Amino acid sequence: MGRKLLLEHIDVPGIETFEVYRKKGGYASVEKALKTMTPDAVTDEVKRSGMRGRGGAGFPTGMKWSFLDRKSTKPRYMVCNADESEPGTFKDRYLMEKIPHLLIEGMITSSYALGANTSFIYIRGEYMYVLQILEKAIDEAYAKGFLGKNILGTDFSLDLYVHPGAGAYICGEETALLESLEGKRGNPRLKPPFPAIAGLYASPTVVNNVETIAAVVPIVNMGGDEYAKIGIGKSTGTKLISASGHINKPGVYEIELGLPVEEFIFSEEYCGGVWKDRRLKAVVAGGSSVPILPTELILTTAKGEPRLMSYESLSDGGFATGTMLGSGGFIVMDETTDIVKNLYTFARFYHHESCGQCSPCREGTGWMEKILHRLHHGHGKKEDIDILVDVAKKIEGNTICPLGDAAAWPVASAVRHFRKEFEEAVVQESLLVNG
Amino acid sequence: MAKLTIDGVEVEVPDGTSILNAARQIGGALVPPAMCYYSSLKETGGKCRVCLVKVAQGSTKDPRPMPKLVASCRTPVGDGMVVQNLTSPEVLEARKGVVEFLLLNHPLDCPICDQAGECDLQNLAYEHGASTTRYEGERRTFEKIDIGDKIKLHMTRCILCYRCTYVADQLTNERVHGVIGRGDRAEISTYIQKAVDNDFSGNMIDVCPVGALTDRTFRFKSRVWFTDPKDAHRNCTKCSGKVVLWMKGDEVLRVTARKDQYGEVKEYICNECRFEHKKVSDWTVEGPRHIDRHSVIAQNHYEKIDLQKLKKEVERQLEFQRGKQLPENEIHS
Ligand SMILES: Cc1cc2nc3c(=O)[nH]c(=O)nc-3n(C[C@H](O)[C@H](O)[C@H](O)COP(=O)(O)O)c2cc1C
Ligand code: SF4
Ligand code: SF4
Ligand code: FES
Repeated sequence: MGRKLLLEHIDVPGIETFEVYRKKGGYASVEKALKTMTPDAVTDEVKRSGMRGRGGAGFPTGMKWSFLDRKSTKPRYMVCNADESEPGTFKDRYLMEKIPHLLIEGMITSSYALGANTSFIYIRGEYMYVLQILEKAIDEAYAKGFLGKNILGTDFSLDLYVHPGAGAYICGEETALLESLEGKRGNPRLKPPFPAIAGLYASPTVVNNVETIAAVVPIVNMGGDEYAKIGIGKSTGTKLISASGHINKPGVYEIELGLPVEEFIFSEEYCGGVWKDRRLKAVVAGGSSVPILPTELILTTAKGEPRLMSYESLSDGGFATGTMLGSGGFIVMDETTDIVKNLYTFARFYHHESCGQCSPCREGTGWMEKILHRLHHGHGKKEDIDILVDVAKKIEGNTICPLGDAAAWPVASAVRHFRKEFEEAVVQESLLVNG
Repeated sequence: MAKLTIDGVEVEVPDGTSILNAARQIGGALVPPAMCYYSSLKETGGKCRVCLVKVAQGSTKDPRPMPKLVASCRTPVGDGMVVQNLTSPEVLEARKGVVEFLLLNHPLDCPICDQAGECDLQNLAYEHGASTTRYEGERRTFEKIDIGDKIKLHMTRCILCYRCTYVADQLTNERVHGVIGRGDRAEISTYIQKAVDNDFSGNMIDVCPVGALTDRTFRFKSRVWFTDPKDAHRNCTKCSGKVVLWMKGDEVLRVTARKDQYGEVKEYICNECRFEHKKVSDWTVEGPRHIDRHSVIAQNHYEKIDLQKLKKEVERQLEFQRGKQLPENEIHS
């Protein structure tokens, strides 16, 4: 059994209430931090933990916190990104729904470290019932003196708000999120300036993913050095994986980073193998935005080493033969999966979700969807495959925010690894015409 | 001050200047095109991506290249920066891609568009685009909307540069229009087709790079190249009163603000000057307006950009820089 730092008590009845959560050792990190540590010492522990952001990009959290402009005279803000809309990703919802106080505890400890007295949880609009769960938990925390003025009798005060989005994937991009939180249209901002310098209301702001903030709790409790011992290399700690697709046991799993991919898919402790005794065909390992890999490349790297669930191992080989851990949305596809159709589904999503601000993403995502629609329905032309790859290439790297890349990468990788299927989609049409 | 080179040509500009404006200091062929940036409107730029350039060296202090192409209109210069525009095949390829994207859903109805002849998209497409399209899908269309009795919004032609929304934010005192919807369904819209009546709302017509916002008092009156532009002014209490009259014989067909060589208005005019004074006797005519923009139709160059020619031009500039001073008229050719 791997170590559980976040989900250890998830099945304890009543863990969503303050009382049970507290009995299980909850809010210890708040007590430890506020009473025995300076804010900088908390930041230091997070730095030492080596934990990397769990929202997708994997940026080291301690480093992000240290960029926060502490000289500014403006208020500082801590914002939790709970917009979770990446297809294949549902771990944040699970955590917030089942053990809401863990996030709230993390928000208090993190806000203390950053010197923020007002903090926000920006949650996707479709999670309205989770918002209610969080608000109830926040009320409890206020009542018990963990939120509000002079928390635990110290001079640290914090107000925490939950704010719902209105159903746009793009509002998960941190600067679009801040625009939306300010009550504006959720368009990503041009960077620089980064949020650490000018974020919410042009003030220094840190935006972190739900799981990142929750992980601050065990980091502070056990100390950054201890946390860094878990995992492998620069992939420290545990990670929540949303496992879905053609497996026997879909769900959210907490794994120690470094677990072999093969063990994750086939062991009873995790996914329990591919369903219906079918063979594995492909895996999208980190949410819909990351490159898809065929069986031989997801189980082992191009060098023939076993592929591990870690930032480094999954990206081994670059985009030619590797992928990314991303948000941990692990989508398994069996041998019956139609890769063209799957890609069409993803392309539709990105076309639908583009904010439309910059021309390559606004126009390119729609074009890719149209081509894939054609290929999927057997009307594809021979040139289509090359045009598709070229359009993806012209979007990639040329846009304001990474949604453009997120739309381009799956296309490039699917054609790279499954070109034959795309060619077959074209051939079928010529059969139709001639026969 | 920061010293940098763009395609090898050296220029020194104040810190904080954008790469695009530094290039405009040099002038000539190496100036990246711009479809959304507008120097007199704050926060514009960054969206259309036609101004992408390569930063091969960030600065003397941090010589690392920038990992991606950057929008020159919103990227500040660094001391010792090395920028490649025409000299980077990567930039030209990306720009060609952007032009293709901009034209993807564009109706290409130039023959019936009032903007034809003074349209930035038309110019851009001739200079940087491919001559054929690879796109076979349906193009998006919208119903035309009258924004009050003076302005026509033909959203089908819009390239979503957002300039007009910044006019609304920055020049008029009450914002009633903006962008609704997202992705390629996004559209410029007024709040329930509310009339935009405000002393300065007409300026959105001038900032629109395409024919999406046109002057209803001028629509279909004449092709612009058959009109005779004249600088003129009048005493106005609301604005500078400095305008261009677009005449046919003694008739004033249209009044606009004056644009510089990059198609930008520096002095905005009020709606009264623009819409209410269509008699020559209302104006003091200064003389013919020199149209120094290299508009496609104005100059009759229906050809694609000639890279060899451009490179030669840049080389010539380089030589000048090494030896003699650039004569003024060379800089802004
Ligand atoms: C289109 C798009 C959608 C995103 N959606 C989310 C999201 O739902 N949740 C999230 O935590 N990060 C999301 N991100 C990443 C955020 O921009 C940001 O990197 C992250 O919240 C930082 O948190 P971390 O450092 O804790 O990982 C998204 C990024 C993009 C480009
Ligand atoms: S890349 Fe797409 S989603 Fe991101 S800013 Fe540009 S248009 Fe909007
Ligand atoms: S209407 Fe014209 S100015 Fe406004 S966004 Fe569209 S193209 Fe730009
Ligand atoms: S002019 Fe720079 S992005 Fe449009």
